[in-house]
Amino acid sequence: MLRYTLRRLLLAIPTLLVISFVIFALLDLAPNDPTANLPTTIPPEVREQIRLSLGLGEPFLIRYLKWLYQFFVNEPLNLLQSAFGIEIGDASERLRLRSWTTRSPIVDLIVERAPQTLTVVGLGYLTGILIALPIGIISAYRKYSWFDQIGTLVSMIGFSVPTFFTGLLLIIIFSVNLNWLPSIYDTSLRVTDWGSFTAQLKQMAMPVAVLGLYNAAQISRFMRASMLENFGQDYVRTARAKGMSEHVVIFVHVLRNSLIPVVTVIALGVPQVFGGAIITEQIFRINGLGELLISGIQSADIPLVQTLTFIFAVLIVTFNLIADILYGILDPRIRYE
Amino acid sequence: MMKWHGAIGAAAAAVLTISPAAAQRGADGEVKILYWQAPSILNPYLSSGVKDVEASSVVLEPLASYDEKGDMVARLAVEVPTLANGGMAADLKSITWKLKPGITWSDGTPLTAEDVVFTAEYCMAPGGGCSKLSAFTDVEKVEAADPLTVKISFKSAKPFPYGPFVGGESAILQKAQFKDCLGAKAAQCTKENFAPIGTGPFKVAEFRANDSIRYVANDKYRDPAKPAFASIYMKGGGDPASAARAVLETGEFDYAWNTQVEPEILERMAKAGKGEVITAFGNYLERMHLNFTNSRPEAGDKRSVYGDGSNPHPVLKDPAMRRALALAIDRQLLVDTGYGASGRVTCNIVPAPEVYTSTAVDWCKTPDIEKANKILDEAGWKKGSDGIRVKDGVRASLLYQTSTNSVRQATQALIKQMWGDIGVATELRNIAGSVFFGADPSSPDTSQKFFADIEMFAWTYVGTDPETNLGGSTCKEIPEPKTNWLGTNFSRYCNPAYDKLAAELAQTADLAARAALVKKMNDMLVEDGVMIPLIYRGRISAISNKLAGHRHNAWDVELWNVADWTRKK
Amino acid sequence: MSELDLIAPRADEAAEPAALDQAHRSLWSDVRRQFLRHPGALVGMIVLAAIVLIVLAGPYLWTVSPDRINPRIANRGMSLDHPLGTDNLGRDLFAQVMAGGRVSLAVGISAMLIAVTLGTTIGVLAGFFRRLDGILMRMTELFLALPILPLLLVIILLFRDVLRDLFGPSAGIFLLIVFVIGITSWMQTARVVRAEVLGVKERDFVLAARSIGARPYKIIFRHILPNVLSPIMVSGTLGVASAIIIESALSFLGLGFPPDFPTWGRLLYDGANYMTLNPSRVIWPGLAISLTVLSVNFIGDGLRDALDPRLRS
Repeated sequence: MLRYTLRRLLLAIPTLLVISFVIFALLDLAPNDPTANLPTTIPPEVREQIRLSLGLGEPFLIRYLKWLYQFFVNEPLNLLQSAFGIEIGDASERLRLRSWTTRSPIVDLIVERAPQTLTVVGLGYLTGILIALPIGIISAYRKYSWFDQIGTLVSMIGFSVPTFFTGLLLIIIFSVNLNWLPSIYDTSLRVTDWGSFTAQLKQMAMPVAVLGLYNAAQISRFMRASMLENFGQDYVRTARAKGMSEHVVIFVHVLRNSLIPVVTVIALGVPQVFGGAIITEQIFRINGLGELLISGIQSADIPLVQTLTFIFAVLIVTFNLIADILYGILDPRIRYE
Repeated sequence: MMKWHGAIGAAAAAVLTISPAAAQRGADGEVKILYWQAPSILNPYLSSGVKDVEASSVVLEPLASYDEKGDMVARLAVEVPTLANGGMAADLKSITWKLKPGITWSDGTPLTAEDVVFTAEYCMAPGGGCSKLSAFTDVEKVEAADPLTVKISFKSAKPFPYGPFVGGESAILQKAQFKDCLGAKAAQCTKENFAPIGTGPFKVAEFRANDSIRYVANDKYRDPAKPAFASIYMKGGGDPASAARAVLETGEFDYAWNTQVEPEILERMAKAGKGEVITAFGNYLERMHLNFTNSRPEAGDKRSVYGDGSNPHPVLKDPAMRRALALAIDRQLLVDTGYGASGRVTCNIVPAPEVYTSTAVDWCKTPDIEKANKILDEAGWKKGSDGIRVKDGVRASLLYQTSTNSVRQATQALIKQMWGDIGVATELRNIAGSVFFGADPSSPDTSQKFFADIEMFAWTYVGTDPETNLGGSTCKEIPEPKTNWLGTNFSRYCNPAYDKLAAELAQTADLAARAALVKKMNDMLVEDGVMIPLIYRGRISAISNKLAGHRHNAWDVELWNVADWTRKK
Repeated sequence: MSELDLIAPRADEAAEPAALDQAHRSLWSDVRRQFLRHPGALVGMIVLAAIVLIVLAGPYLWTVSPDRINPRIANRGMSLDHPLGTDNLGRDLFAQVMAGGRVSLAVGISAMLIAVTLGTTIGVLAGFFRRLDGILMRMTELFLALPILPLLLVIILLFRDVLRDLFGPSAGIFLLIVFVIGITSWMQTARVVRAEVLGVKERDFVLAARSIGARPYKIIFRHILPNVLSPIMVSGTLGVASAIIIESALSFLGLGFPPDFPTWGRLLYDGANYMTLNPSRVIWPGLAISLTVLSVNFIGDGLRDALDPRLRS
């Protein structure tokens, strides 16, 4: 297992390099333009000047190599410096990765935005998992019971109604008509006392509910299907025949063997927590990483989008590896050499 | 919810009571403003959109602003220099601004002419990517005659010399703060760009890029009684409809910028009684461009290229067709379905101010399908079996593109049907704004490349003077591959008679003579079917019933008089 | 072992063609009988058939044009003239929901088929052949990492005009969208299927088949695929819903169908702001999507049960 993990980690380096190159090429090919949001009062000649000042005049490969250098050398050096206070080289001369729209270091933007994304989207995801697992298990155990039918109905509706609709519906009910919850998330709110804590809970309630419903729908379907698959297996019959209690059969045998596809789906979803929930963040104005990414795409902020998607890629590679290792733990028959 | 808003307001007020001069300043707590496009930077010269300029205007001020009537009013200057008061040279080649004495920056240092000179230097520095550069193109030099006097000299006569330092886009930066941020270094001054020191009523307390800004009252502001609010919380993100909802229905915010949504939705929201929708008209015009060159894929390399003029559009080259297309459009219907009170029917390329507006082309205000059909019949466009007209083997079928926006898509659908009634087929296409309004020369979908037959978008220009606007339709402004598709003559219209009028306008100072020329050029563009003006659009925003003192302005930034805003008791 | 008779043996491997024929018939009639006995699947089948029938045949009976604009009757609720009401330009919603259904159903089902086929193939290959695992999973990671919006912009930039010339404006954009949704949503299926295959291939019956020298493709089709059918079915049913919704997100971003081309997702999106003004604008397209997804899901459940030899009575 250790050798396998090490090999995968080594393999991750060329994989990530290829991914970063493909993403960069893709962003470069895409036809959106950083000067597109400027008012029409700015003439095209000035737009051309702005594009040149952003470095768009340089050849593609040079820009890619510059990005690589800044991402893998300059930014880590900066992190080290700010973490330990050691001076390495001349920090003021070191070019940092900067966003084109804010002209500020991208790492600072990510640090500023990560908290709200991790709390809201992360909590939404966690809620989804916590709802989905029991629903999936009970639905499978009592297949076609009323519980299963209602669970299926709710989760399929949860999955088929887009978040832009559920979000708006909740706002109209709880913000407009009942006036209970704020429709706009205040990112500058600091939790210091009971009052600010309830305010934080209130502003998180709707987005977490929207995301929870959506995630629960998906995961519970996979959980149910996988449990059903295993209930029919011979080893369950054997276990029951041996007189094991239903609890042991379900939670020790069936659940453990059913978790493999669920673990895959959950592991695939974790990087997406970091990537943020683009639509939900926009509806409630949470302005987290998802919003940063989409606004970066809309304003053709190539360095920002490149950096964010690359970090995203690193997480995907990492969590896929974690999932692969978990398979081996859940099912000892799976072996990697 | 109300509890913590109150708590923040109280905290901010507590901070401000330290200032002894504040008899009134800061008494009204916090005002909450919503911009659905979030500000990304507070330096207007590096802005990537209007929202950045708006957000910076609370802190930074220009020498003069445009008021809600489109008249210039002095801000940091004593008065607006004119020929009459001697501030403008008789040869129209220079202008002298006098600063108000005693103005200080929010850090307490005095504002001097050096700051103004520096601001010009900052914008003109090569490699800086200054977005206001075009205002300085004809500037020869900017110099400080004494600490309170600035002289701007132009390379040629400038009948309208108010490009630099007028309006929120051209605010004055503090030299002491930005002196190390010239040229290519401009982008690296994050601290400066996120919290510029200004002379305005507020200063930046916290800036979260693309998210929110908290401003607090500037205790050094020149009027000791202002601003009435102790702080501003400006939030960004979302979409126009939800921005309007936050003011009109939930009452969470006091002001929402640019709430352009279908009129019936706003009407419904306003019924909640918490606020109202306000509109102000500047020179914002929704218009259509007709492509004079062949834009079909079969044109190959010459697609939408004017060249020597031998590449005309197969359908739109016929003036009768262009006239019929303009006649068939029921503009009132477009206004009613998409704009309501924020739109007016217009037939002019220069929709305002009144001195410049022509009445000679008002024929387009009343749609006339019958007449349009007759014109096409007479021009030899015969209806085929599918109801679509054909002439010389060319089918009257047009590709009509615009940016993605629900109101624009409704307009597209309406116009498609109106043109269907005169036997013209239309294929609709919508393109993401970030692509359509971009200037990426490798993209086929930009408004400048115009690989379509018709395109529609809104156009505006700085201030009240239409010279640059009309100058955009001269031959030299035609976007071509050899100029990297730069230029604002989207229609590829080239008429020597028009160019002559444009040259004359650039030399004329007398207002009446200018107005006559402007009208003549306006009529020419409409009669020739270069553009089809559709709707004179207003700036639409939502304002809470609890906010007073706001004067809605479409000629300058919307927050231009934020110092005068107060809380209604 | 019971898994053996799930997929009929191929003719060249069968000792007696006649016996095979019979086995074949009894297998599929068995599946059909099993499927029809499943109440959920039956209801799902009827509902989906009804939706398809309304969407396909409806426009011949209800001849109001979906894009005929008439602002004088804008924002009407349900009435006899307009059974589902009208939108803000006075277009008939019933006609629009039917026209939109054709596109949405076609997009949803074909994009799902592409995604599931691609995902299953890649997942099985990666899980079964250790040598292919590395390269295929790295490719999956690449696709997972690609930002979908710029990818779409590039694909549209490269292929829109070519497809428009070949197939006309609407068919061209249809192919483009189905292709884009298909190739950007197979990764989850691939990962899940691979994970299942990794476990299944170590089970005794696979080891047994291997030890008697069964060829890999035979093992895959006879032993592996039937045992990983559950997650594939779930992916497929969820895939229809997500394809319909992704399409609406694309339309919203200006990358989907032209604006005069209604789809369910787009109708729902355009109607969202009219929710309080005219509820019919969100109820009907929303209901159409949910009903379709639910019925597809129940059919999937029924198919899975019918194909599962262990559950066969």
